[in-house]
Amino acid sequence: MQAAIEIDGLTKDYYLGFWRKRPRRALDGLTLTIEEGEVFGFLGPNGAGKTTTLKLLMGLIFPTSGGARILGRAIEDVSMHHDVGYLPEQPYFYDYLTARELLDYFARFFRLSAEERRRRIGSVLDLVGLSSAADVQLRRYSKGMLQRIGMAQAILHQPRVVFLDEPMSGLDPVGRREARDIILDLKRQGRTVFFSTHILPDAEMLCDRVAVLVGGKLQGVGSPEQIVSIEVESLEVLFELPAGSALPPALEDAATQTGARYRIQVPEAQLYDALEGLRAARARIISVSQLKPTLEDFFLRLVGGEQRKHAVEISGGGL
Amino acid sequence: MTWVVALNTFREAVRDRVLYNLIFFALLMIAAAVLVGQISIGIEHLVIVNLGLTAISIFGLVMAIFIGVGLVYKEIDKRTLYALLARPLRRRQFLVGKYAGLLLTLAVNTALMTLGLAVALFYVSRTFVRSDLSILVAVYFILLKLALVTALALLFSCFSTPMLSTVFTLGLYLAGTFSTDIRSFGEVTESPALGAVTKFLYYLLPNFNNFNAIAAAAYGRQIPLILVAQNTAYAAIYITLVLLAAAAIFSNRDLK
Ligand SMILES: Nc1ncnc2c1ncn2[C@@H]1O[C@H](COP(=O)(O)OP(=O)(O)OP(=O)(O)O)[C@@H](O)[C@H]1O
Ligand SMILES: [Mg+2]
Repeated sequence: MQAAIEIDGLTKDYYLGFWRKRPRRALDGLTLTIEEGEVFGFLGPNGAGKTTTLKLLMGLIFPTSGGARILGRAIEDVSMHHDVGYLPEQPYFYDYLTARELLDYFARFFRLSAEERRRRIGSVLDLVGLSSAADVQLRRYSKGMLQRIGMAQAILHQPRVVFLDEPMSGLDPVGRREARDIILDLKRQGRTVFFSTHILPDAEMLCDRVAVLVGGKLQGVGSPEQIVSIEVESLEVLFELPAGSALPPALEDAATQTGARYRIQVPEAQLYDALEGLRAARARIISVSQLKPTLEDFFLRLVGGEQRKHAVEISGGGL
Repeated sequence: MTWVVALNTFREAVRDRVLYNLIFFALLMIAAAVLVGQISIGIEHLVIVNLGLTAISIFGLVMAIFIGVGLVYKEIDKRTLYALLARPLRRRQFLVGKYAGLLLTLAVNTALMTLGLAVALFYVSRTFVRSDLSILVAVYFILLKLALVTALALLFSCFSTPMLSTVFTLGLYLAGTFSTDIRSFGEVTESPALGAVTKFLYYLLPNFNNFNAIAAAAYGRQIPLILVAQNTAYAAIYITLVLLAAAAIFSNRDLK
């Protein structure tokens, strides 16, 4: 079977400075293969190079070196766009068009009859929950509504591969859930979805595989379970101190105070030490709870280099 | 594909109330017709045609430049181009589509203004004469000129801000209007180097002089067919070259 997306050594330097232009590497030799029918999550902290990758794949910017193929066709070949949909980051569309007009405009680039266009536009507007705002000019659209129409235009022509740059951003909880349902729907129809996100639970719930990118470099590829299981378990302790009692010196740095309450995060192995210290300070413990590892923690560790070893290990089967 | 982009560009111009300039043109024509009818004897035709064609040219130029310089820049700046270029649409098709869309807008606008001029002319003269056909030729020349100016504006807007593009386009337009003077200046200088430079500039700069047939139309002189053919060919070749340059630049640049 032919791969949906083959990225081969994709590299992008941006040039900064007006006079003496210095290159700044935003993406560094990204190599990645995504099979047809996969839902693939592209994770990484701000500035990691996710948007850069998607813009390269869509031909909006040009690689410094390397290349990619989508459905077997080089990205320079515009005909591949017949089978590809794209939701840009913070999408923005023509102010002067209504949602329905925008979709009709975009649909005209594909070989669809007027009847077929009308039918698809109706159903896709329904799908993203914009039926009631279909004839409102886009200048009156809110951020979340723009995100929704962005999703609509990305899937309108029933592409085999869909690229979504942070599809959940700006959406309310209902909208997020609808976006998740749309992605699951696409998966059910056998389409390939490649999306970037910061939201780990979304990635966990939706993705067959995820890749983590930091500083333009691929850190690892694997199933979401593999990525999350690397995280060291840590616990959060919430407590109050009686009047006149001070924080144990060992915990001073780790504690944050909100009103009368303090909060500390400790790794599982140090929990008892921390509790001993708090007992000595006659603290009233309010709760001890397990922290679900967040993507942020994971990134911070990756950036710190602590997890590189693991990250490379899990990439074994993926690359 | 190109046509789809062109029609949307036309729709944008209409929705942005670009055609409202016609109201000003109409007011101008009404005022002129009423005033001229009262004070002058015999030169109504001359004044109305002169004023009307000059206004058509200026209104058109302002539109061509101010919309032209934003044509591509706005889509890059607002990032509306991202989703559009994710269609099976080549960048050069997009560019030509935008160009054709503005040209269509200018043509419609000019046609309506010409209609206004005809009405004003009929109001003062009560009749049309055969030599009035020169007016249509003059209008056609104005359109050719606008097509050339639009292409230049589009070229600049592919790599610079609207502000700078306006300056460049306007500068080139003025230089192109005086290009004959530039050459005559070169011919009278002693320096052969300066002579060569001015000659080079004369051929490089678009020559807008030949597109001015306002006086001929106002005096009812016939415009030779050869000039029509010459101007058409000149504009077509110059526009093609400018659009090729614009496409080469735009097709290879990163969108921000
Ligand atoms: N047009 C540009 N010119 C110069 N540098 C750029 C440009 N676009 C992006 N960069 C740089 O490239 C790096 C990667 O940016 P990119 O937008 O791809 O990150 P990202 O992973 O999408 O981040 P986010 O999660 O914030 O969306 C950043 O350091 C950014 O500063
Ligand atoms: Mg991004």
